[in-house]
Amino acid sequence: MRRAWNAWRWLWIVLAIPATMAAGQPIKLGELNSYKTFPAFLEPYRKGMELAIEEINRGGGLLGRQVELIIRDDNGNAGDAVRVAEELITREKADILIGTFSSAVGLAVADLAKQRKVLFIASEPLTDKIVWENGNRYTFRLRPSTYMQTAMLIPDAAKLGKRRWAIVYPDYEYGKSATAAFKQQMIALQAGVEFVEIGVPLGKIDAGPVVQAMQDAKPDAIFSSLFAVDLAKFVREGEVRGLFKGRPVFNLLGGEPEYLDPLKDEAPAGWYVTGYPWSAIATPEHKRFLDAYQGKYKDYPRQGSVVGYSAVMSAAAAIRKARSTSTEKLVDAMQGLAVDTPFGRVTYRPIDHQSTMGAYVGRIAVKDGKGVMVDWKYADGKDYLPTDDWVRAHRPPN
Amino acid sequence: MSLSALLIQLINGLAGASSLFLVSAGLSLIFGVTRIVNLAHGSLMMLGAYIAYSLIARIDGGIPGYWAAVVLAALGVGLAGVIIERLLLRRLYGAPEMLQLIATFGIVLIVKDVVLSIWGAEDLLGPRAPGLDGAVEIMGRAVPQYDLLLIALAPLVLIALTLLLERTRWGVLVRAATEDREMTAALGVNQAWLFPAVFFVGASLAGLAGALALPREPANLDMDLVVIADVFVVTVVGGLGSIRGAFIAALIIGVVKALCIAIGSVSVWQLTISFPKLTLVAEFVVMAVVLAVRPWGLLGKPLSMTATPQPRAFQRAPGRRFAVCAALAVLLLAGAPLMVDAYSIVLLTDIAVFVLFAASLHFLMGPGGMVSFGHAAYLGLGAYAAALLARSLPMEVALIAAPIAAAAGALVCGWFSVRLSGVYLAMLTLAFAQIAWSVVFQWDSVTGGSNGLFGIRPALWLSDRNAYYVLALVVAAAAVASLWRMIFSPFGYALRAARDSPLRASAVGIDVRSVQWQAFVIAGLFAGIAGALYAFSKGSISPEVLAIPRSVDALVMVLLGGVQTLVGPLAGAALLTWLQDSVARHTEYWRTVVGAIVLLLVLAFPQGLVGGIRQMRRK
Repeated sequence: MRRAWNAWRWLWIVLAIPATMAAGQPIKLGELNSYKTFPAFLEPYRKGMELAIEEINRGGGLLGRQVELIIRDDNGNAGDAVRVAEELITREKADILIGTFSSAVGLAVADLAKQRKVLFIASEPLTDKIVWENGNRYTFRLRPSTYMQTAMLIPDAAKLGKRRWAIVYPDYEYGKSATAAFKQQMIALQAGVEFVEIGVPLGKIDAGPVVQAMQDAKPDAIFSSLFAVDLAKFVREGEVRGLFKGRPVFNLLGGEPEYLDPLKDEAPAGWYVTGYPWSAIATPEHKRFLDAYQGKYKDYPRQGSVVGYSAVMSAAAAIRKARSTSTEKLVDAMQGLAVDTPFGRVTYRPIDHQSTMGAYVGRIAVKDGKGVMVDWKYADGKDYLPTDDWVRAHRPPN
Repeated sequence: MSLSALLIQLINGLAGASSLFLVSAGLSLIFGVTRIVNLAHGSLMMLGAYIAYSLIARIDGGIPGYWAAVVLAALGVGLAGVIIERLLLRRLYGAPEMLQLIATFGIVLIVKDVVLSIWGAEDLLGPRAPGLDGAVEIMGRAVPQYDLLLIALAPLVLIALTLLLERTRWGVLVRAATEDREMTAALGVNQAWLFPAVFFVGASLAGLAGALALPREPANLDMDLVVIADVFVVTVVGGLGSIRGAFIAALIIGVVKALCIAIGSVSVWQLTISFPKLTLVAEFVVMAVVLAVRPWGLLGKPLSMTATPQPRAFQRAPGRRFAVCAALAVLLLAGAPLMVDAYSIVLLTDIAVFVLFAASLHFLMGPGGMVSFGHAAYLGLGAYAAALLARSLPMEVALIAAPIAAAAGALVCGWFSVRLSGVYLAMLTLAFAQIAWSVVFQWDSVTGGSNGLFGIRPALWLSDRNAYYVLALVVAAAAVASLWRMIFSPFGYALRAARDSPLRASAVGIDVRSVQWQAFVIAGLFAGIAGALYAFSKGSISPEVLAIPRSVDALVMVLLGGVQTLVGPLAGAALLTWLQDSVARHTEYWRTVVGAIVLLLVLAFPQGLVGGIRQMRRK
């Protein structure tokens, strides 16, 4: 009997060895993302993060300790993301969780962060809910949300005074909330405005019929939140069929290099977009980032690179400010935390944990056979947020 | 909507249908002859698009150069198809039905990573076809010239294939093999030569479709999965092995989709139906309707009633020693929290859930002989029901009640499905699963839409990871034990009789359909238990729970472990879950590694892991 007991114990000890080896000295940032599901955005993102880690460690690390980034693939679904996050928390003993791409995964990890009481910096998910309807004490979000980015396009859209808008969107959280935000803000600004909507399955737009249906609706202007493959198909089909002739087009995210560059010389000139005109931003903080990035990778940064870099820098700033890696102290430090990013200084608002990072708003032009953004300006995130009263009414108390 | 608008939309639909047919034709050929569920067909198409992109950029020769690149890409993919057939699938023809499915699953994973490493992550938009980059004006509306080319090309390919199949000796042999593989072989036709040829033509067609898609969409890494479900639907709706049927099916689906978009939102009384949203599942709805009316597709013929030879599995109930060993194993596992770290417990909980999920599918596939391509639907229904019930009821009640929702889903799907057989049955289950998925995905107010549901917490006494693990383990073990108990009950014997010899079974008074229907409901119920356990262990669920990849995972688990064994599916589930976890952690190209391991296992153990081990022991 005793032998059986010993064998049983040894078996589990052997199985558990990988776990015990994980304990170590450096500060650990646990990053999970859908690397294989959205590689076009997330490969540059990873490079941005690794650049930030390198800079931090070269500067002596944090609290006198080196910083280590532990990267996991969440397979693009909530169930696997929760498991991977659990691994980062329990086995790797990550001090902070960073990452996620899609809304579903972001919200699932946010919920886990609340449950397990771990700081989670949601870098990329754009869903409004993660800081508002489903906000919680442990979750902070870096990028400007769908609502904010839509709001950045509204002034130009309202200025045109167009009455009938055709809206096309990928039919899931992001596209739906972009559409809702656009309608709501346009109605508030312009009397008598009307909308025709088409939702298309994400990644599977049937571009011909969709363009045709939009033409038949005879709109005065177009608002789209398509991206990636859907955007490329829409642009091509719309150009050939003459949908865009004489109609201003607004496209959320359309200026991000990830989605603009594949269009090459077919980039739709004149479109109003949010994005990242990396080659033209001359601020010293961006210049420094650009040089470092190009020096390390011999490639130019994409929007994802900036997000990854800034997410790690946010975590670093929080640790410096808290002078500790205890979650509660870190969460307190995150409230009102100022972080220097390639887009300038951003602040994590105490009221809803949304950072004030902005985006660049401009128009697309084609130069040297490539799509670029022109007439752009930086739209600071803090100017495109709902009122504090609105936030208090919609966000659950911590 | 004016009549001219409608007509133009029909033309758009035809263009969509043409590109759909071009991809499907190759699969229809391969599927019809070899009966291989070739999940990699979409990957071959993707490969065609990428190769064409590179060739077009290199071959500088105006219009002839462009088309030379397209043809070369198609031939290159054809070659890849032959290599896949020779190196892998050939070795599996003697293996149990559907086993090739896992091999092609492995190929899908590997091709995706290979393409990523060669061509990079960014979408690659090829040039427009030279000379065909403009539009033609029809009734005052611009229609792309390229669309017209596609519309013309599809019938040409159809005619060429028909001639090839009906006017050449090779075609006669292929058709003979489609009708009856064994008989063709018995008559001395060398299949070792026939199959690679079929693969070459089929894969070339996939490559051609990929190359032809390039002017309409950028080469991208999602092409494979976007296209694969659609082409299976077309092939099955048309009828296995019928190229003409595939053509008609593609037409119907293409036009239905275009019309859904054309119609837009329609308000009837208080109800607003948004037809464009239906494009998400249009093809699956079409398939469900067609299969309900015509069980062998539009132009398919009833499958010859060659009962697939089944090894004499499940004849005797396992003895007492087996029961004692199983009980000891559960006891050992229950002790895990004392010894391993917290994350291992999280992983073991996942494994317990998926073991039960796989066992429930195995009940349907093994003793029932019915393959389900949409088993995740019941996992998902159980999970969502649990999450929704837990809002107003105690968690324990939700856990018990939720599986009933899954069983109810299986009740509906099963009633239709048991009227079909083989691949048709499998595809109908897929259709139901996709319809369920799209309802969950679209119904924001109840299911949370694409975001899913959050904050699904177990009761307080189970909130500790270890406590929940023990619960999951005990529930899963008890459920698996009852499934096994059923396999060796009179019901289980009746089920196997229905599987092996429906005629004799009905002759002795077994109501075959009723027995199979009951098996469906039971499998759904137990998958629902797994789903409820899953929901409470995760805290969040999103529509991916009932999406196709989950269903494929379940199939791989069962087949990898061995469908003709009791323990096999359990081992398969544990292994795949563990693999996905541990490999993903250590390598960037984890998909390739998982794919390669799966391939090697299939080649080494065509009877499944446990089946193979048992065979070795017998020797």
